[in-house]
Amino acid sequence: MTNPVAEPVNQIRQREVVRALSGVLPDAALLFEREDVQPYECDGLSAYRRLPMVVALPDSEEQVRDILRICHRLRVPVVARGAGTGLSGGALPPADGVLLSLARFMRILDVDPASRTARVQPGVRNLAISEAAAPLGLYYAPDPSSQIACSIGGNVAENAGGMHCLKYGLTVHNILKLRAWTIDGELLEIGGDGLDAAGYDLLALMTGSEGLLAVITEITVKLLPKPVRAQCILAAFDDMGRAGQAVANVIAAGIIPAGLEMMDQITTRAVEPFVNAGYPLDAVAILLCEADGNDAEVAEEIARMTAVLQDSGATEIRVSKNEAERLRFWAGRKAAFPAAGRVSPDYYCMDGTIPKKALAPVLNAITALSAKYGLRCMNVFHAGDGNLHPLILYDANRAGELERTEQFGAEILKLSIDAGGTITGEHGVGVEKIDSMCLQFGGAELAAFHAVKAAFDEHALLNPGKAVPTLHRCAEFGRMHVHAGQLKFAEMERF
Amino acid sequence: MNDAIEAIAARIKSAQAQGEPLRIRGGGSKDFYGGAHQGAVLSTGSLKGIIAYEPSELVLTARAGTPLAEIEATLRERGQMLAFEPPHFAAPATFGGCIAAGLSGPRRAYAGSVRDFVLGVRLLDGKGDDLRFGGQVMKNVAGFDLSRLLTGSMGTLGVILEASVKVLPLPVAEATLRFEHTAASAIALLNEWGGQPLPLSASAWRGGELFVRLSGARAAVDAALHALGGEQFDAATATDLWQDIREQRDAFFDSALPLWRLSIKSTTPPLNLAGRQLIEWGGSLRWLATDADAATVHEAARYGGGHATLFRGGDKCAGVFQPLPAAMMAIHRKLKQALDPAGIFNRGRLYPDF
Repeated sequence: MTNPVAEPVNQIRQREVVRALSGVLPDAALLFEREDVQPYECDGLSAYRRLPMVVALPDSEEQVRDILRICHRLRVPVVARGAGTGLSGGALPPADGVLLSLARFMRILDVDPASRTARVQPGVRNLAISEAAAPLGLYYAPDPSSQIACSIGGNVAENAGGMHCLKYGLTVHNILKLRAWTIDGELLEIGGDGLDAAGYDLLALMTGSEGLLAVITEITVKLLPKPVRAQCILAAFDDMGRAGQAVANVIAAGIIPAGLEMMDQITTRAVEPFVNAGYPLDAVAILLCEADGNDAEVAEEIARMTAVLQDSGATEIRVSKNEAERLRFWAGRKAAFPAAGRVSPDYYCMDGTIPKKALAPVLNAITALSAKYGLRCMNVFHAGDGNLHPLILYDANRAGELERTEQFGAEILKLSIDAGGTITGEHGVGVEKIDSMCLQFGGAELAAFHAVKAAFDEHALLNPGKAVPTLHRCAEFGRMHVHAGQLKFAEMERF
Repeated sequence: MNDAIEAIAARIKSAQAQGEPLRIRGGGSKDFYGGAHQGAVLSTGSLKGIIAYEPSELVLTARAGTPLAEIEATLRERGQMLAFEPPHFAAPATFGGCIAAGLSGPRRAYAGSVRDFVLGVRLLDGKGDDLRFGGQVMKNVAGFDLSRLLTGSMGTLGVILEASVKVLPLPVAEATLRFEHTAASAIALLNEWGGQPLPLSASAWRGGELFVRLSGARAAVDAALHALGGEQFDAATATDLWQDIREQRDAFFDSALPLWRLSIKSTTPPLNLAGRQLIEWGGSLRWLATDADAATVHEAARYGGGHATLFRGGDKCAGVFQPLPAAMMAIHRKLKQALDPAGIFNRGRLYPDF
């Protein structure tokens, strides 16, 4: 997580690129003075910063196409950026390239109540789609915590999830169609107005591709009818293992809750003064378990879930009596990140996903690591789908703490892989987890990823250095991390 | 099992060296689907068995040659299901074939498709390399989503060895209603209902009859029954109806005419084409038995914002899937090249060009 040293801008190259782009963009849409490009130096993962050589702010598809063609011709790296809320440094700018901001693509082009779809530009905020659809009784289901600020284009690039994806799916399950431009300026119309498309499933391939394959300028999303009502159970546990087992028991009982979240004691104690949710602070862990649907359906599901949670050894169960109480239950969960920022100068959010059966052992292992590194860790997570968000609390101003945090984080990612899971559930690899990709995938898989990348972008100009490590990088990394006595890249030449 | 995989890998390597086409085959239940076959059969029949299944994880992992029927029976015992209701079309249908063909059944419009439920795939690529993508967890954004790219790729990108899919609990309650409607009013109604919080799980219209299935919590199904009206079927009749539509045994499919599948915007008015139509998926899927020429059917699909497939019968020479725009076709060729550089897998099964 060390900050790259500010690289001196190659002024000859910069002049060349600015001159070429000024032929297709008005002056106000082209930034290259240091103070103008400074606001783009990082995304939501501010530990990584770098100044872009040039920032382009197009507002039409023709401009995007022309920028890409110019960059392709001049072999200039291009990094697309939405709202800049990403948590893996995926929009870290290129020091020798163009940061392509899609912030001006902020129009909702069409909301069609009959087919329950909305056609939007990539800079539209996630929540703005649901707000536009609300008068029609519809909403856009994926709801990442940052939905007030994050843009739908970024959601597609990262395959964003949220609190309700166990029941309603991720971004990939809730979009129908994309307009996207390849680095050589060709338009790809991906997906369609039906539920599938001819040929390979490029819609799935594009979703979560972290800006490495093409630049999206339009997205058609599905809208769902808003449930009549939602109700939430707050269940307390005096043992992490029992809480983890309760999650498995709810699912095994044939219930798919609309939301199923867990918070540990460090978290509830940190957020309570912040939100006054009335959390039981003596509990080792609490679960939030939500049902939605019509009145009778919600009542039926709440009764079934209550019974399962009781049988699973909950020490206390509260059912929200009204919408205000339900929102109060959720307030602490939603405020977990800001609360981490309140109790610690800095925090670092992890994003591994593990099978639910591994919840208790992995959480216990994280507790042990917390002691080993002498760093506190808050655990909040989407328990229903095993997506962990450990928040490591640290102080960047204390010598060595950032490095210890980074090592702690890498060990958590390795725990996730060893438990049969993945290093990232919804935040993406970006620059942050690129070395951990070497642990999760072997050389043949990484080679396949590079081949797929080359099918879209032969010269690797789109978001270079993100998401997929080079084999060389993994060989270097592997030299330091020999797993179980085996070299993962034994076939590679060492340097 | 490693021996079986090594044997397949060896076969791939020798075929690659000689540029010999291979035709990947599970149970052969979908031999009729896609472009004409080329090459020697490479069977996945030796890859059998469920590898992992824990109901509380909502995940099942099985080898490609495992019969789909075995998987569904195992799930049913534990009160779960493949929510995309894949058609079998014949008893030997396999899990790998189901994923490679990417076909989903009646519940698709309301629960999701095969690709929506695929979590991970292990495959042998065109060089015989053993690759694993995705995994057994529901949220995973590490690396490109090649598991879903493989789904529905008709075996053109690799030999699927095993796959993990998300499974769902069987609904507590289910009911089927019958209504009399014209195609136009059925389409309008299905779209209207789709915008309401109703527990719809399947729909079909043919010959003036509209059938709708409701699934979910008992209370939700009862409330919807009350709200929608119509004539309720007994459980056995309802099960047969949806099974017959899923497996194309319904009388509608008894036709000597070529059968087309049009996947289009749900609100598209009834197709103004000769022949008979069956409408599924809330209006998004139109089955058409017609002797209209391919260009006419493709045009109708384009008009509906979607695509058409020559599903059964007819002249396959010009390809069965709707032609792609040049830029999209170029990407397809390069992706094929990326995973199967010698072009040995299922030549011509997806597009005549490769």
